[in-house]
Amino acid sequence: MILSAFLIRLASILGVLLVWHLLAVLLRSAALPTPGEAMLAFGQQVPAELWKHFLISAWRVLASVFISLLLGAPLGLWLGAEEKLDRFFAPLIYLLYPLPKIVFLPVVMILLGLGDLSKIFLITLVVFFQILVTTRDAARNVSHAKILAVVSLGAGRLDIYRHVIWPAIIPEIFTALRIGSGTAIAVLFFAESFASSEGLGYYIMDAWTRSAYQEMFAGIIAMGLLGYLLYAGLDALDKKICPWKKL
Amino acid sequence: MSRSGAAVSVHRLSFFYTNNGRRVEALREVSFSVPGGGIYAVIGPSGCGKSTLLYILAGLLAPSAGEVLVNGEPPLPGRRATSLILQDYGLLPWKTVWDNVVLGLAIRRLPAGEVRAAGEKVLKEMGLWELRKRYPAELSGGQRQRVAIARALATEPDLLLMDEPFSSLDALTREAFQDILRNIVQGGSLTVLLVTHNIEEAAYLGRRIIVFTPHPGCVYKIFENPQAGLPGYRKTAGFFRLCTELRGALEHGRDQI
Repeated sequence: MILSAFLIRLASILGVLLVWHLLAVLLRSAALPTPGEAMLAFGQQVPAELWKHFLISAWRVLASVFISLLLGAPLGLWLGAEEKLDRFFAPLIYLLYPLPKIVFLPVVMILLGLGDLSKIFLITLVVFFQILVTTRDAARNVSHAKILAVVSLGAGRLDIYRHVIWPAIIPEIFTALRIGSGTAIAVLFFAESFASSEGLGYYIMDAWTRSAYQEMFAGIIAMGLLGYLLYAGLDALDKKICPWKKL
Repeated sequence: MSRSGAAVSVHRLSFFYTNNGRRVEALREVSFSVPGGGIYAVIGPSGCGKSTLLYILAGLLAPSAGEVLVNGEPPLPGRRATSLILQDYGLLPWKTVWDNVVLGLAIRRLPAGEVRAAGEKVLKEMGLWELRKRYPAELSGGQRQRVAIARALATEPDLLLMDEPFSSLDALTREAFQDILRNIVQGGSLTVLLVTHNIEEAAYLGRRIIVFTPHPGCVYKIFENPQAGLPGYRKTAGFFRLCTELRGALEHGRDQI
């Protein structure tokens, strides 16, 4: 079972590499190195300076996702469970949620500088709303029968949150985190590629302007790796925290 | 134990709720009573306000008019000695069998030692001890039903309210559960009020059977059934006669609207 799961994963990665390789061979363009060349560059670049950019980007994404979770999940839970509060805040959320927050990058950079703070703020701004809205909708849809069941056992307001609403929405929060992580990396790239001197976004854009395509692909591989590690971490946490979900 | 099951009396109970601004009458002037100890059945078609009645008896809803008394007092939400088993069992999928069963005790902030002792006792009585680490999704319908009963009994109630308790079980499992329930109430320390639309179930278990008519729910007729729960009762002529009478009452009650 475990072996076959591993083989399937391996086959999927090999498949991607194969398509990439064929494409590179067919196009014969300097802009698209073969996976072998890219891997080689990756191997050379990681010890040189790529690791530094990787860690900086990883830190920015992790911090943003964590802050978004810390702010978005409790607030979403609260809004979802308290109808009156939600009625007050819903128009505000619907107004702000669809706005492309990236347009605020110049303002954010002027107010918070060019360093980590402005990047983390911008990513948090995007991911926060995704987690907030998902959590709120999940909390709204918690089955009334389950709440009645624990109320009949003598549960007070806090017990309902603790035993029913909170555990019911944890899986939804993980879904939101998965979607949010993808968005976070996309926003990160944008924020780092602009007036920046650190991070994978900068690294990729810098390699591009120097026409160093193999280095550029080393950066792209690093970014893919960052996403993969994030998802793998979330999956492992999900399995640990929600063992009932896999049944 | 010298404790006895709770007596329930319902006097001219009416209940209204608003649905999209319309006032809906769910129960109209319902009156009946049951003495302490034993099983009593409320039977009626869907939409006769049976569940509403149980919610009111459990203190989850307040009567619009009239009075409901459990052991002479109006029921408060979370009355400690009342347990309610909902139609879909109301188990929490994220809690193991053990955590589901001791939930009522944990919510009541009982000392850990007491929780452990009571949980162990009721799990063993219900034959669930081996399953205590499983999650509800890993259980059969009958096992889930057992967990729901164990959770309800863990708090040692004197009143157990059941909403269509065995409706999703197959016929033979359902009959086995009817016998389990009959054994639980032996000794008189527990009153069970169950709501059902199953004629045989009401006739086999209910010492008194209250027949409801729908829209709004009101009492059509009350049958006394002193033979209820006797071994082999299901195969007697008296049982079949009662079933026929119940069917007649239900059909007649329905035709009246």
